[in-house]
Amino acid sequence: MQIFHRSTNTISRATIFGAIFIVAVLLWASIQFQRSPYVTYAEVARPQPAPFSHQHHVAGLGIDCRYCHTSIETSSFAGIPPTKTCMNCHSQIWTGAPMLEPVRESFRTGKSLVWNRVNDLPDFVYFNHSIHINKGVGCNTCHEPVDRMPLMYNFASLQMEWCLDCHRAPEKYLRPRDQVFNMRYEQPSSGKPIVVDGKSYTEQLSLGTDLVHKYNLRSVADITSCSTCHR
Amino acid sequence: MSRRLYLRGTLLATSALLILSGCRQDMHNQPKYVPYRSSEFFQDGLSERQQLVHTVARGELHEDAYLYTGKIGIKEGDRFPFPITQAVMERGRERYDIYCSPCHSRVGDGNGMIVKRGYRQAANFHDQKYASQTVGHYYDVISHGSGAMPDYGAQIDPPDRWAIAAYIRALQYARNGAMSDVPADQRGQLKDQSEMTTKDGVPLLRAIASGGNGGPESVPVGTSPTSPHPPQPGEPQEGTQKK
Repeated sequence: MQIFHRSTNTISRATIFGAIFIVAVLLWASIQFQRSPYVTYAEVARPQPAPFSHQHHVAGLGIDCRYCHTSIETSSFAGIPPTKTCMNCHSQIWTGAPMLEPVRESFRTGKSLVWNRVNDLPDFVYFNHSIHINKGVGCNTCHEPVDRMPLMYNFASLQMEWCLDCHRAPEKYLRPRDQVFNMRYEQPSSGKPIVVDGKSYTEQLSLGTDLVHKYNLRSVADITSCSTCHR
Repeated sequence: MSRRLYLRGTLLATSALLILSGCRQDMHNQPKYVPYRSSEFFQDGLSERQQLVHTVARGELHEDAYLYTGKIGIKEGDRFPFPITQAVMERGRERYDIYCSPCHSRVGDGNGMIVKRGYRQAANFHDQKYASQTVGHYYDVISHGSGAMPDYGAQIDPPDRWAIAAYIRALQYARNGAMSDVPADQRGQLKDQSEMTTKDGVPLLRAIASGGNGGPESVPVGTSPTSPHPPQPGEPQEGTQKK
């Protein structure tokens, strides 16, 4: 007895292909979802006790990163400034601004301001700022244009593939040490060469390759080894 | 038949749940203290403990009293606790530009950006009153503040404070320097102030007189405090520093 019509043969074949297609799309979608700002919080500003503007303080006033992030060159942690650092200037500037009341209150009471961490790496990644700074990784290589961020956000996904992009080929990003804190640094081009030790570079890869030797970077095998970052 | 289907469904749902549980992004917060993580154990909420009074931390014995106080007895000294080399001068310049220039300006005339934004007038290091001070005095002021100036003890390490003091001296020498002070082989690198222009082609002296040459949010783009490449408009007499 024939229950199904002949046309169902076609439908069943189409369904098999359809199923494979749907599974593939679902896989792709879940990977994209995992990389999306919804999950990584990239480019999402977090609420903070006071709406601190890096754009105003860095680009507008020309304050160096290290004025506040004092330990960045010598320690694993860049350092969040204590309230006292804010009050260095705000004891006299904008003293009545309601926006700054949490800062003043913290200074009066000695109770820490609770900032929401923006660039939050997993605890099992033993990231160290100082080594990156001292090997010629610029602030904005990872943090991107902080001097144009009225509210702070992390630019990168902070996912491992992003770390490895540089660890696998550091020459793509390295810059001379004295340019690390330059937020408007541009990689060398034929129009704007960069001179290091008397040699002029017009191309990032040749500059980067020389800096890898100059700053004694460990081999790619070493810096992509699991235990370099995970201990 | 329907029971098997049911079993399969449950199995699928469980494994999907297990896999998805790995997707939690904030799972990475381990129960340990990282810098500045708060603590529920201590009453003040800080995981980092404050130093107890009358105790000395490891490495903070400060046996060389002059290095850490700038004073001989109660009098401020006028010598450096270590030799001032080219490296120290460069460090001093870098640290000065980071921590001091916001108020004292890159050239030390006390008209930095923060002063322009309403902070009390900062000291002009070229004034006789300040120029005649000892280096120990500069060290002491950086460490403890003075007048409207807050202390920078937490931001600048003692050797760096001395390096800054040395750089302030260099700024003062440079202000009164003449071309004859410059070693003959380096004179070619120097330009007269009146011939210099800013990046936008504005004569330097006019730009200084007008208090910068841009709007309130404009910056000298492309220059970092430590950048050696573009000429530093604020330091026309560079090279006359005492090396």
